Amino acid sequence: MLFEVDVTKRVGNFSLRVDFSLAEKKCGIFGPSGSGKSTFMHILAGLLKPDRGRIVLDGQIHYDGEKKISLPPQERRIGVVFQHAHLFPHMNVRRNLFYGWKRTPPDQRRGTPEAIITVLGLEHLLERGVNSLSGGERQRVALGRTVLACPRLILMDEPLTGLDQELKFQIIPYLRTVLDQFEIPLLFISHSMEEIRLMTDEVLVFGQGRLQERLAVEDLARRGLVAGNRGYANLFHLPPPQPHDDLWAYRWGGTELILTEPGGEGENVFELGAKDITLFKQHPVATSARNLLACRVTDVFGEGNRIGVELACNGGSLISQVVPEAIRELDLRKGAEVVAVIKASAFHRLY
Amino acid sequence: MSLTPQDIQAIILSLKVATAATLLSLPFGFAAAYLLVFTRIPGRAVLEGVVNLPLVLPPVVVGYLLLLLFGQSGSLGPVLRFFDLRIIFTLKGAVIASAVVGFPLLVRSIRIGMEGIDEQYLQAARTLGARWWDSLYSVILPLSGRAVLAGMTLMFARSLGEFGATIILAGNIPGITQTIPLAIYEYTNTPGGDSMALSLCLVSIGLSFLVLLVSEASARSFRRR
Repeated sequence: MLFEVDVTKRVGNFSLRVDFSLAEKKCGIFGPSGSGKSTFMHILAGLLKPDRGRIVLDGQIHYDGEKKISLPPQERRIGVVFQHAHLFPHMNVRRNLFYGWKRTPPDQRRGTPEAIITVLGLEHLLERGVNSLSGGERQRVALGRTVLACPRLILMDEPLTGLDQELKFQIIPYLRTVLDQFEIPLLFISHSMEEIRLMTDEVLVFGQGRLQERLAVEDLARRGLVAGNRGYANLFHLPPPQPHDDLWAYRWGGTELILTEPGGEGENVFELGAKDITLFKQHPVATSARNLLACRVTDVFGEGNRIGVELACNGGSLISQVVPEAIRELDLRKGAEVVAVIKASAFHRLY
Repeated sequence: MSLTPQDIQAIILSLKVATAATLLSLPFGFAAAYLLVFTRIPGRAVLEGVVNLPLVLPPVVVGYLLLLLFGQSGSLGPVLRFFDLRIIFTLKGAVIASAVVGFPLLVRSIRIGMEGIDEQYLQAARTLGARWWDSLYSVILPLSGRAVLAGMTLMFARSLGEFGATIILAGNIPGITQTIPLAIYEYTNTPGGDSMALSLCLVSIGLSFLVLLVSEASARSFRRR
């Protein structure tokens, strides 16, 4: 996919000016509310006309201010998943799901409705009215409806914002599976760092109607450790665990992690705060913590009294947050050998 | 209570006029409501004014304006003569009078229903591949169905009672343009016609009640779907 965008739009006092080109499969748009994310999404989907500029997707001109070209939304084939699912209230789940599919020319259809319905776990909901669905179910139906319209790109406008934490993490695996399985590129709009990290690889950072920065998701996450009080969370994608006495052992790179939390079938995602990793110069004689990982320091970053230490341990990578005094006392620098100590209960299961 | 053949004729005529006026106005009413709610066309305010005017004007004034428009020497006179059409003092005139007077009620109802439709449903439909007329048919029409029904009911009931504009444009000709209200009017002007007028009044009340019942029932079946 190659998506080239260069647009300008004024709405009242607010002006939006964005210029970028995108080849990545999964890209996030990150920014506070009022930064123009949604306006931008409407422009991309063809629901709002920019004042001038150009939008080209894989060589097809969607908008060209000079040539006076502006494709209507239905010809752009850009799917949108809205914050509030916006399922058609007068149709049942099945008719909602097939709305886009029926309007897609047969030669442009990909996948089969059955496959998508199965992946999203919607079989038992098909004949239900949409008003009786829970928030999570609604969002899954909305996603299925959009995927079934066989879009060339999916825009998601804060699709998880209205949902509680638990539901959110129930839906993310569905989102990831569907997008990977049907190979649809994604532009994911959110103001949640966690969602952006779980869904995308690269981020466009919006602020005051401008594209301020473009960077890898990991770099943006690390910035949270240095600036602001967000901190940094290590994310672990772990396979199903083995029982380990009354705890659970998960394979992680070439080593094993001991956790209190049981996992499920398939991928398990855990979060571990950078503050919850303690560093020791030598292997401690005895400790109550269950995870002692021999690591090498690969990077030290940050400023002021917030310092991040990047660690490589047997095929995995970790970030620990420490204070400058600790850096001096333990002589933490690139190449130094340390032991990272993590309590089994410090891991928080996301899904 | 007894009804003369002339009364029966008046009842049938009333139903004919109200049905024709409602059905003829429906597409225009729907279109006007759509334009007012979903588009930003220039002259929207003017359209809104024109649509609502018959609601605030005395029906007699509406009737007189229609007479100026459709009369033999009216503005549309030459066109009507060309097609060999006669509007005044005919059933067509009665239908037109009812249609014009009831139109704002129809548009108002449909409009309220359409304003309740979240525009994002339309946006969702468009991004799912629907053209605008497709989204009109598959989203707006079903979602405003109840409002359309309510508007039709209001308009039908209003047409059953139309008097002022009708008597000016279509006159009060028994068997041709004499609807229930006009017949009642004639009875009240005739010595000893009081009881006859009362019978027709009862019929009128019964009809109105029936309209309400039918509209309630169909609205309920709409909700269930």
